[in-house]
Amino acid sequence: MENTNLKERILEISGVNPRKCMKCGKCSATCPNYDEMEYHPHQFVDMVEKGNIEPLMASESLWTCLSCFACVERCPRSVEPAKLIEAVRLAVIRAQGGNHLKPQDIPDKLDDELPQQAIVSAFRKYSK
Amino acid sequence: MQRIGVFVCWCGSNIAGTVDVKQVAEMLKHEPGVVFSTDYQYMCSESGQNLIKDAIKEYDLTGVVVCSCSPRMHENTFRKAAASVGLNPYMVEIANIREQCSWIHKDMPVGTAKAVILGRAAVAKVHLNAPLTAGESPVAKRALVIGGGIAGIQTALDIAEAGFPVDIVEKSPTIGGKMAQLDKTFPTLDCAACILTPKMVEAAQQEKINIYAYSEVDSVKGFVGNFDVTIRRKARFVKEDLCTGCGLCTEKCPMKKVPNEFNCGMDNRSAIYIPFAQAVPKVATIDASYCIKKKTGKCGLCSTVCGVGAIDYDQKDEFIEQKYGAIVVATGFEPISVEKFDEFAYSQSPDVVTSLEYERLMNAAGPTSGTLLRPSDKQHPHTIVFVQCVGSRCDAKNEKGKQYCSKVCCMYTAKHAMLTREKYPDTDVYVFYIDVRTPGKNFDEFYRRAVEDYGVHYIKGMVGKVVPENGKLKVQASDLLANEQLHIDADMVVLAAAIEPDKSARPLATMLTASMDTNDFFTEAHPKLRPVESPTAGVFLSGMCQGPKDIPDTVSQASACAAKVIGLLSKDKLTGNPCVAHSDELLCNGCSSCEKVCPYGAITYADKEFRMPDRTTAVRRVAQVNPAVCQGCGACTVACPSGAMDLYGFSNQQIMAEVDAICK
Amino acid sequence: MTYSYYPGCTLKTKAKDLDRYARASAAALGIELRELPDWQCCGGVYPMAKDEIATKLSSVRALIAARDAGTDLVTMCSACHNVLKQVNHDMAADENVAAKAANYMKLDEPYRGETKVIHFLELLRDEVGFDELKKRVVKPLTGVKIAPYYGCLLLRPGRVMGFDDPENPVVIENFIRALGATPVIWAMRNECCGGYATLEKKEIAEKKATAVADNALANGAQLMITACPLCLYNLTKNAQSGLPVKYFTELLAEALGVKEDA
Repeated sequence: MENTNLKERILEISGVNPRKCMKCGKCSATCPNYDEMEYHPHQFVDMVEKGNIEPLMASESLWTCLSCFACVERCPRSVEPAKLIEAVRLAVIRAQGGNHLKPQDIPDKLDDELPQQAIVSAFRKYSK
Repeated sequence: MQRIGVFVCWCGSNIAGTVDVKQVAEMLKHEPGVVFSTDYQYMCSESGQNLIKDAIKEYDLTGVVVCSCSPRMHENTFRKAAASVGLNPYMVEIANIREQCSWIHKDMPVGTAKAVILGRAAVAKVHLNAPLTAGESPVAKRALVIGGGIAGIQTALDIAEAGFPVDIVEKSPTIGGKMAQLDKTFPTLDCAACILTPKMVEAAQQEKINIYAYSEVDSVKGFVGNFDVTIRRKARFVKEDLCTGCGLCTEKCPMKKVPNEFNCGMDNRSAIYIPFAQAVPKVATIDASYCIKKKTGKCGLCSTVCGVGAIDYDQKDEFIEQKYGAIVVATGFEPISVEKFDEFAYSQSPDVVTSLEYERLMNAAGPTSGTLLRPSDKQHPHTIVFVQCVGSRCDAKNEKGKQYCSKVCCMYTAKHAMLTREKYPDTDVYVFYIDVRTPGKNFDEFYRRAVEDYGVHYIKGMVGKVVPENGKLKVQASDLLANEQLHIDADMVVLAAAIEPDKSARPLATMLTASMDTNDFFTEAHPKLRPVESPTAGVFLSGMCQGPKDIPDTVSQASACAAKVIGLLSKDKLTGNPCVAHSDELLCNGCSSCEKVCPYGAITYADKEFRMPDRTTAVRRVAQVNPAVCQGCGACTVACPSGAMDLYGFSNQQIMAEVDAICK
Repeated sequence: MTYSYYPGCTLKTKAKDLDRYARASAAALGIELRELPDWQCCGGVYPMAKDEIATKLSSVRALIAARDAGTDLVTMCSACHNVLKQVNHDMAADENVAAKAANYMKLDEPYRGETKVIHFLELLRDEVGFDELKKRVVKPLTGVKIAPYYGCLLLRPGRVMGFDDPENPVVIENFIRALGATPVIWAMRNECCGGYATLEKKEIAEKKATAVADNALANGAQLMITACPLCLYNLTKNAQSGLPVKYFTELLAEALGVKEDA
């Protein structure tokens, strides 16, 4: 299962050392969007450490993480799970045809009051 | 010219595995002054020592070099062997060819070459060795114990039992410490007060023990066997010798809104107070920051009602000076402030409490008289969530928490959970844990009883957020084994806060020149072999001040500490270390550099008359070393700009000779 | 008191109120906010990856412009503040990012985080002072119970933002007190409202925003204030709680008596 190259890349991009994790589960305890995620923050840490990254790349969880940094702030071991999730997300969207959000999708999603912030940040997170 | 013998040890294969010992012995044979050189399997064995003794006699050796393990291991062994056949023990030098050579090299030629160089350096040093004789100093046969918790009490009792007088200095108005605040104790569930108060009374009654409560150590001078300590007896504004502890003043005191620290601030006490019923000494204390008389000059009610005239609003701090042979540190611990971890809402809801607060809520002498009621509305809680490891086991980058395991939380939480379920079977109890750590006699059995017999819900996971809303505490947590996020509507949340050393420990360590680790726990002289002594001679460690401990461990350490103190106080004289600094008064320019770096206060200055070349006399300020205080660390010899400071046994010349030999 | 000011894209369009009331209030307090010429959108969310350079450059340009102007850089929007502060931290702490950015931008003089980025709330706290602010209030909002909402962006990561205690913040609470109103202390004030999900999964945004607003209501809030346009949108549009949400600058302008001028 282990994909060494991919794992190394994820660790390098994220700057995260998953070995620091003591498996307390506080990241998943504090995650506000836990129920919308197939793989939860603690699983990202665990699965990246094991090199089991492909299931994460195929998972909806990448697009439901709110990047709210609660897991980063509250991790007692300074593991920073959100940075791992972002790195896996980047591994997907940096690949050819990997964009999750396309410009042509946008008009349908707009309403009069929607702030620009929502659109620019979605593009930054979900597309290259 | 010295006549030097060289003895190369194999240490089984520890040295001989990577160092060609025969070749080392052979090479060193040709060093100047070496008249005998040999190797042997275990030089520290009796036959190894005999080999050295015989050679000293046969070859009339004046110096010995043993190439072996670290001098911390067997330097004393070989010095004693030499002394037994009449050679001054300070004519023996060790070349450490194990820790500093064979253990760190893999390659035999490299290891062998380095061993030869280290041996050569030792030979060069011995050439400049001179016989040294250790001085002696008397021992003051009295011990000081700083801190009157269970650790300090136990140490004091054991020292007193051996016949030596002991003073306990306790900063709060009573002895008893944190244990006095505990409800029950694991794993036997006997009540803390029931087992602690007899010890407190015994300490009070023991003729050899003198309790200075509401007192602090103001200054410490001197050295092992001869400490001069000043103790500040803080003004209680109550005459201790007159007060009978009747408590009438505390009842009549009109200022009743003072947070009661004994109950963790969960109820109030009066401005004149006795901390708890079994306080020792049972004497009232006026809290000047709340006392109306002290603040405004009006009131004086306590003085009016006191039948024995014990109140003295003008009392001042008193200072006592005393000589001690040994000092025991027993300053204990406190829980960390959990407000930085406010994802658990401690500062937002009174129903989120620390475990120590929970002890008080369960205790018959606590704010709820032992009925478990949640603080916000005094209702009986039906769902309680316990959170483990709050602030313990954190990464170094996490400045809010501690890196260590606080050790006692797993067991006291199991106790809280079990007792809650026993007294209130209608209450649901959850314990969120990362690991359950129960290494202790009958500890795991205890934890299993909480789960199996009492139905406590142990959940592998952590609480991530507590939201007080509509009278409930909405707990969001992970259940890692079920791979679920849990949402529990709790009535109370109990936080197992990490423990840290008492705040008084750091300034005390500075006063004692006793070393501490980065967490402000006192460091022991050796983590395994000298666990109750500080590296500073004459300073001993008892209880939590050295590291997290439960009561059984604390009491064991307290008694071990007492044994060490008794051993010291039983001696009439102490043999000093002759390898101390001395100052060459002709070279000294009185600049004070050495005094500033001396960690032991061993250096003083004196004005001395010197004859000048033109036959006049001049008075110069020169450094003088007190050899009884000097520990031979050598800091002054490095700091001295004029080369006046030198260390016996490690003179500048000897060190340079070693360096020259190594660089040859 | 003169500062460089980075308004950000949303404040020029959908969040004009946040900007307009801030400028009016600043003027009333004698603070000059000089809008940076030619600022570019920060991108709305901090690029966390170590190897992201291009996405950080718009922030770096603004940071350098403020340095060259010799002033601190004031931000108003929570998102801009988060991005600019985190990028500034990278420029100071991450040699690799700083070197690559310098390379991309062909900088003559390297930039290593010299600019001080401050949120307008920090400016009010640290430069004006809440005691002074209280004196300047002409229409105190006496009796109003206001829930301060920090969301996810103002406080985290605490180590980098240095804005306030990330779990037990007091700056907006003290701001509310300075205006004469009463702050509501509530636990969800630093939980995410789910605003980022509004584009793709509105139901998530609705659920999260409702949970946040409900907690404020349960603690007696009559009004919530924020510094984030997306939070304001999400908490008014998607939350089912009916709690009004306003920008903190609107209240400030009101209390200073300059709301009508804005």
